[in-house]
Amino acid sequence: MGKIIKVRAQDAEVGAYEKAYLPEITKGIGITLRHVVKNLFGGDEKYTRTVSYPEEKVEYPVRFRGAHRLTPREDGAPRCVACFMCSTACPARCINIVAEESDDPNIEKRPKVFEIDELKCIFCGMCVEACPEDAIRMDTGEHVKPFTNRADAVYGKVDLLSMLGRTEKNGEQPVYRGAHEHRARQAPQHSPEGTLPVQDEQPEDAH
Amino acid sequence: MGITKAHSGSDGEVLVTRKDDVQNWIKRLLNAKGPQTAVNWSRKNSLFQYPFVTACCGMEFMSVSCSRYDIARFGAEFPRFSPRQADLLIVVGTVVQKQAPILRRVYDQMAEPKWVIAFGACASTGGFYQNYAVVDGIDNIVPVDVYIPGCPPRPEQVLDGLMMLQEKISRETATKHPVIG
Repeated sequence: MGKIIKVRAQDAEVGAYEKAYLPEITKGIGITLRHVVKNLFGGDEKYTRTVSYPEEKVEYPVRFRGAHRLTPREDGAPRCVACFMCSTACPARCINIVAEESDDPNIEKRPKVFEIDELKCIFCGMCVEACPEDAIRMDTGEHVKPFTNRADAVYGKVDLLSMLGRTEKNGEQPVYRGAHEHRARQAPQHSPEGTLPVQDEQPEDAH
Repeated sequence: MGITKAHSGSDGEVLVTRKDDVQNWIKRLLNAKGPQTAVNWSRKNSLFQYPFVTACCGMEFMSVSCSRYDIARFGAEFPRFSPRQADLLIVVGTVVQKQAPILRRVYDQMAEPKWVIAFGACASTGGFYQNYAVVDGIDNIVPVDVYIPGCPPRPEQVLDGLMMLQEKISRETATKHPVIG
């Protein structure tokens, strides 16, 4: 049980000073005036300075959810395994995936089509959180440019793969935290020989 | 408007009114390349906007209009709350089925030339409202020139959209928005 704190409603104390009205009003106007003067003559302290946007850009925060991108493997193919987690999590249903069989025997599926409708997207970041392979990210630090046509807003696999994240732009090596990396770390602890335990085959039901 | 005389202009179009005489004079005064350049230049730098604000995107629209990002730098700072005086209809926010006829009426009341910006995911495509109540994109009701993505869009995206529209206006020919009203 938590401690119960009893609170009694109490009016703010109003003395003769407050009742005189003028000193308190002067105080209030003083604060307003201070901000006005600061923003008129403040120099670097100004905080209402206009950003002349196309020439001068405000840097976005590190966790700004910008345009999506698909992260690549070493060979340049997307890390996506077409598990449909992102499109299921998407509240706007803006992700369209068509899966196909992968050539790599270690990977079951890969996306044949991976499209994001950037106009439908609400930039909530659910797809990034749902992805088990760290294949989709919103770390480009760029906003999506406007469109004159709704068809242009559908970004395909090539468009999404071509964008770079913040780490790549800074010239650093990206660190991926997908299921592949996780399995690679966990594998020695689960099975020392590096093999998975083989289950006996269950006889199938007749119906 | 009184018809003065019909004669052929420099680029072959037929001028019929005194207004056209004046406009043609301005055109010849200011432009060397296309007949529409001077008019387009004037139009794109004085976009009187009608903000059709229905939802939360309006907050971000205020941020664009205010001093920090300041669309006055693009000549689009003047919100006219009468569609008759507006050039640019900015649809900001979700448009529901009941609001749709009103939007269409506002658009019809605007005088030519007129342009439309769909501001944000809801106005552009309906966003994540995929139900019976919400219009999935205002382009079902009115023609849209520029779609701005985002929920809500950042002020930078809006300014990008505005610049895109200005570029679009500067490329316009007489057939899209005729000078003769």
